[in-house]
This record gives sequence, structure tokens and C-alpha cells, in this order.
Amino acid sequence: MLPEEINKFIGQSIGTIACEVEKGSIKRFADAVGETNTLYWDEGHAAKSRYGSIIAPPGFFGWPVKLPPGMTFQRPTDITDPPEATEAMRAALAKAGYANVLDGGIEYEFFLPVHAGDVLSAKSIIKDIREREGKTGKMAFIIIETAYHNKKDELVAKARATAIYL
Amino acid sequence: MAKQLYWENVEVGGEVTPLSKVATTLMLVKWAGASGDFNPLHYDAAFAAAIGVGSPIVHGALKRQWLVQLVTDWMGEQGTLKKFACSYRAMDWPRKMATPMTPEEGETWQCKGKVTKKYTEGDQKLVDCDIWIENGKGEVTTPGTATVILPSKG
Repeated sequence: MLPEEINKFIGQSIGTIACEVEKGSIKRFADAVGETNTLYWDEGHAAKSRYGSIIAPPGFFGWPVKLPPGMTFQRPTDITDPPEATEAMRAALAKAGYANVLDGGIEYEFFLPVHAGDVLSAKSIIKDIREREGKTGKMAFIIIETAYHNKKDELVAKARATAIYL
Repeated sequence: MAKQLYWENVEVGGEVTPLSKVATTLMLVKWAGASGDFNPLHYDAAFAAAIGVGSPIVHGALKRQWLVQLVTDWMGEQGTLKKFACSYRAMDWPRKMATPMTPEEGETWQCKGKVTKKYTEGDQKLVDCDIWIENGKGEVTTPGTATVILPSKG
């Protein structure tokens, strides 16, 4: 059972990261997916399109990439608020017997296209923590919301990721 | 490039043009590098076995991007993806490589979708879809939903 104190993490920030959307990283991402839309790497095509320049496939917000806590295998070096809440929450989960984490899924809302050359700020908060009895035992669902803003402080996208602790 | 889809040409119950994919170990390594998810669960056989999943599994987020591609290819360049969601319900295992470029025989995944709603909101012409990935046995491993804004012939 998760202790009652786990709820203190709900609403806490787990950091803000500056994500650079580089042309080359968009191309590598699109290639890894197997995208065929040349809008993601062909400047000539992109210039003639309604976007005017290269955009990223929806779901790519530049580098470093935000992942749910426990799944951040590359440590962003430019995180602006220390991720103490993440560490403390992970410690509390480990103490309650949760050793493994799986990516449960994601919801996105897209407001503006992401262009090559953008620098986005990704600010994440712990939105919810719930424990449930599953077929194979208890599971904890951690919901992380991330808001992506561009340099003009316009909201580009919102993401709601679910991390499942087992 | 697929031709442009118009709101008027979409019917509830209609099919989203399917997209087939073959996950390979090669693809998972490329995805790890491109996405920044370096969890050894997706490339280290001994680690994956110790975790209890048998062998390395396909990244959920790669399956997510297959579904994004399914929808964005279908809607065409004048369409806009407004909302997207998917959940990773079951694990998928990639094909191993037979040669540096070609995978072994095996499973092929199908990304599919169906239109569930067609409506307007203000001046936006919208379509909602159910979307999903089926593994080689036809089982849905990754269900989701998408909302797209489509151009009108109007």
C-alpha cells in the first residue's frame, strides 16, 4: 500500500527543460519512425507548404526528450528546477515495493506546429497518483502533465503521460 | 505523398488508410537514439529476461509514432492533428535481423483506424477516429483515439 503522504507529490513540479528542436534531430526521429512525409526534412517542400519551413512530426518536441519519471534514462543537464520531487516520489514508491516502471500511454493536445529552430520549454508536474489492484498484483499509476511553450510564451502542446509502477 | 483528404469525403464508420510496419531490433536501436529512451529493456537481452519480458520489447513511444504517422498520412498535408491518445496495453517483440539490412521472417504489425464522429466546432471541421495497432496474430496491443481538423471543399 502506498502511504497517505504520497499525495503530497500531487501538484508538484518535476522540472522545466529547454528542448532544442534541431533540423537533424527531426530527421533522425522521422527516419526512426519510418515517416515518408518529406515535410520533415526537405526544406524546398516545407518552404512551399503552409508551414513555410521544416516541422517536426507531432509527438517530437526536441532534445532532450521528456519521459515520465523513472523512465528518464538520459539525465538532462539543463533542468532548471531541481527534480527533488521526482527522486523523493521514486524513493517513496520503492519503499512501498514498486521496483519496476512501464510506460502506460500518453494523451496529447496540439495547439501550434513545432518548427526546426524552435526552442521549447517543457514544464512537467505530477498531476495524479493512484493505486489499483491488477491481475498480477497492485499497480501505481503516476500521471505527469507537461506543457510545452515556445519562446513567445505561446502554448504549443500539452501532454499527459501515464507511468505504471509494478 | 497521399492525396488530400477533405471533410466532406469522410463518413462515420469509414476506414483510416492502414499502415503496415515491421519492428526490428535495428529499428529499436535507431528509435532509442532518436527518441532519447535508453532503457536497456529495449536492446539488452539479458536485462529484458531479468525484468521478466523474455527478450527486448518494442518501445511504447515508437508504437505511438506509428499511430501518429497513420493519422497524419491519412489526413494529408492540409489536415491538422488536434488531439491524440494511445495506451500501451500489450507488449510487442521485434523481429531479429537476418542480415545487416533485412529482418528475419516473422510478424508484421498493422496500424488501423475507423472514423467515429464527424462534426464542426466554430469554423473547424473535425473528425474523431479510433486508432489501433494489431500484432501478427491480429490482437490489438496499442489502442488509441485521434481528432483531426480537415480542410473543407466548401
